[in-house]
Amino acid sequence: MSRPSDHYDSRPPVSEAGDGVTQPKLGFIGWLRWFWRQLTSMRTALFLLLLLAIAAVPGSLVPQRSSDPNGVTQYFADNPDLAPVLDNFQAFDVYSSAWFSAIYLLLFVSLIGCVIPRTAHHLKALRAAPPKTPARLARLAGFTTRQAPAGTDAATAVDSARRLLKSTGYRVALFNSRSRAGRSEFSVSAERGYLRETGNLVFHSALVGVLVTVGFGSGFGFSGQRVLVEGQTFVNTLGAYDSFNPGRFFDDGTLDPYKLSLDTFEADYEMENLDAYGQPIDFTADVTITHRGQESEAGTVKVNEPLYTGGTDVYLLGNGYAPTITVKDPDGNVVFTDSIPFLPQDANLTSMGVVKVPDGLDEQLGMLGFFYPTQDVAASGAYFSSFPDLVYPMLTLNVYAGDLGLDSGVPASVYTLDVDELTPLTGRDIGIDSIELMPGETQDLPNGLGSVTFENANPDAADGDFTGSVPRFASFDIHHDPTQGWVLLFAILVLLGLLTSLFVPRRRVWVKALEGDDGSIRLEYAGLARGEDPTLEAAVSALADRHAALLEADAPPADAPADSLPGGSQQTDSQQTDTRQT
Amino acid sequence: MNLIELSIISLTSAMVVYALAFIAFAMDLARRSAAVGAAQQGQVSEAEQPVAVAAGSVAGSSTSVNSASVNSASAGSASVGPGPLPRAGKPKAADTGLAYGRSPSLRVGVALTVLAWVLHLAAVLMRGIAAERVPWANMYEFSMTGTLLIVGVFLLVLTRVDLRFLGTFITGLVLVLLLLASMNFYVEVAPLPPALQSVWLVIHVFVASLATGLFALGFALSVVQLMQFRRESIAAGGKPARLRFLATLPSSQKLENLAYRVTIIGFILWTFTLMAGSIWAEKAWGRYWGWDTKEVWTFIIWVIFAGYIHARATRGWRGSRSAWLAIIGFSAVLFNFGIVNVFFKGLHAYSGL
Repeated sequence: MSRPSDHYDSRPPVSEAGDGVTQPKLGFIGWLRWFWRQLTSMRTALFLLLLLAIAAVPGSLVPQRSSDPNGVTQYFADNPDLAPVLDNFQAFDVYSSAWFSAIYLLLFVSLIGCVIPRTAHHLKALRAAPPKTPARLARLAGFTTRQAPAGTDAATAVDSARRLLKSTGYRVALFNSRSRAGRSEFSVSAERGYLRETGNLVFHSALVGVLVTVGFGSGFGFSGQRVLVEGQTFVNTLGAYDSFNPGRFFDDGTLDPYKLSLDTFEADYEMENLDAYGQPIDFTADVTITHRGQESEAGTVKVNEPLYTGGTDVYLLGNGYAPTITVKDPDGNVVFTDSIPFLPQDANLTSMGVVKVPDGLDEQLGMLGFFYPTQDVAASGAYFSSFPDLVYPMLTLNVYAGDLGLDSGVPASVYTLDVDELTPLTGRDIGIDSIELMPGETQDLPNGLGSVTFENANPDAADGDFTGSVPRFASFDIHHDPTQGWVLLFAILVLLGLLTSLFVPRRRVWVKALEGDDGSIRLEYAGLARGEDPTLEAAVSALADRHAALLEADAPPADAPADSLPGGSQQTDSQQTDTRQT
Repeated sequence: MNLIELSIISLTSAMVVYALAFIAFAMDLARRSAAVGAAQQGQVSEAEQPVAVAAGSVAGSSTSVNSASVNSASAGSASVGPGPLPRAGKPKAADTGLAYGRSPSLRVGVALTVLAWVLHLAAVLMRGIAAERVPWANMYEFSMTGTLLIVGVFLLVLTRVDLRFLGTFITGLVLVLLLLASMNFYVEVAPLPPALQSVWLVIHVFVASLATGLFALGFALSVVQLMQFRRESIAAGGKPARLRFLATLPSSQKLENLAYRVTIIGFILWTFTLMAGSIWAEKAWGRYWGWDTKEVWTFIIWVIFAGYIHARATRGWRGSRSAWLAIIGFSAVLFNFGIVNVFFKGLHAYSGL
């Protein structure tokens, strides 16, 4: 049998005869075969499925490195004793862990081991004629008998049933046998719904397809991140990414070096609905893309609308403010000027950033800054932002002097400043107020080091209107996944396979014509469900009705009074009658 | 009074009517028990007259060919046996329950459920119109629409198969969910954040809710199936079973078939939900699958129901064991909605709380 031996539709196992008999040893091949049969059995597949469901749970309870790396760091900080133990069990990489992989790989081996023989069997079945009509139809589902109209002979009746079945999509075969009484029995055996098994096989094969394309295919792509301040340009080369994660087989020589400039970034916030005041409504990044040797073209990137260009998909994943800060030495020479992305800390975009001035001043200078797009003062005196847009922007800077550690060659994040080794020049600890600036304002640095300016990006605006005074940045995710389309294709096949395998009924139907002593013809109808088939009975009874109508129409009119047929339905199996009543 | 307030009033009224429907359905169950008790006494006194055999009570529905055929399909192959034709007047197969019909309280229960559903629908529509978008963008709205679909699926199925006996369960479940949502999840109407501004919000979330409705029904049928199976086992041993109303319900075999048919439709919708979610995730987050907590649970639920379908095809797992899987599956759906959304960290942070 093509199906696993413990499939519901398979024949029940024959109990081993002769219990006392010692069986021959299985041997190595025998054991392999035994193991393979176990692995491809329905019970094992079911067990592995349920195990897979359970194994997936821990990954939702503990942060995962793949989706939430900061959460993992935090977890280690919060649970210093537990975290390393969990880490030994790969609890922070559940979905790439050895044990999770083992489960799904075994499941897929089991699946393939099941699908291949079934496919072979199905291909054979597709070419085979329907099986011989069983001797006794009365045992089968939907058994119905009718009386053929007088004047119809058995062969004609069966042939008309054959045509009817064939026209409704059945594969048919005619049989002619003799009953024990020596009378001839004509019958047609019909089968339909091969698509059900096809769908089943397509479903399972497509699942393998999804796994393979996801597993291997994703190795050919990459994902990278890049932050762009308004006005900045990015060239799609390896060095231009802030972070870059190539797949195993990705060759970075294949990057198409297009240019992407962020022209403007617009953010809209809710201002009318007080229940949702300040909630973002729209983020739009207007960009210009230039491919080598081609005209520039304008494009937009929105949250749900990525930009597809140069073989990559560009997604808008984050945004914030990038105040432009200029530092001058005591003589008024500019030693530093840049727009620095400040990372948002809350929904109202209270943002934090770091300014590092390594050269040009007497000492290296580090500044820890907070930016409030709409500055407000809490009762405690602390500043906070009360609205994410630029209503009353304020930048505060705490200044530190000392060795920034940039010359040692150790890579350091541009978003953090290690102040342990530095001398604070401002701040509560030493009693000197932090620098507070609004766009366009300048203030002297402590100790006569020079001055710092918070540049106004829109100096022509009316007094008190800070719209556009601070540049924004957008953080883009840039991906390339050549197999994404394949995954989608396999997913669609999964769905189509599922639909056909669950809803196309696979069934066999038989129509038999038996000659009675008086020469009358008794017609028998019955069906056999192959798999779930809740409408089989109805289908058999509908077939009997249609066939009867067909025969009546064909019967010689003089010999066939109209009331000769209903007599047949009185003989209908009581089961059938019950169906009608309910 | 604005639409949002009207929506709340309408929803509150719906809850009151659901509560009344629940009472009516519960009274019907009590009557069923009483009827079974009476029939059993009758059987004792007039052993010659089997009262409990009248046909037609299983589905009780005159419209459905499908439902009836499920019943007779199983009965047909099981009970006819090798004999040529069944004897006339033989009691109907064990597949049918006690003749019961529809009590007035059952009719009242259904009528009240329909009324409550209309009020419920009005509440959802007014919320949607007031928000100028689909009314399922936060936990409160999702609860409101999800429960609307649970009752909607239930009422729709009633036109084809008589599952009125599930009324107590469905109205009770929906009432509890609505109460929890109104008390804990209520948020004011807010515009959609950019991440939710997508046509996939309409498709993905709606189909997920619809699947939830079907899983709920499959869950209820599986629970009754298990209870019925237990009663059948006890009755087979000749002992009197408690929960006598079960005698008026379909056999565990038929309940299992019904549960399966409802659940596979839910499973297909859930498969679609998963895929639509992946496509949306690709657009919004730049990857189609990232093991986000909600993705993990959607996957877990999918695997559990895949297991359920396999169990139905595995010898030794049909019947009660597969029913347990359907129950675990729906519990996971509730967990995914009620617990994962609120307490787990992840990208699906749309609860609005």
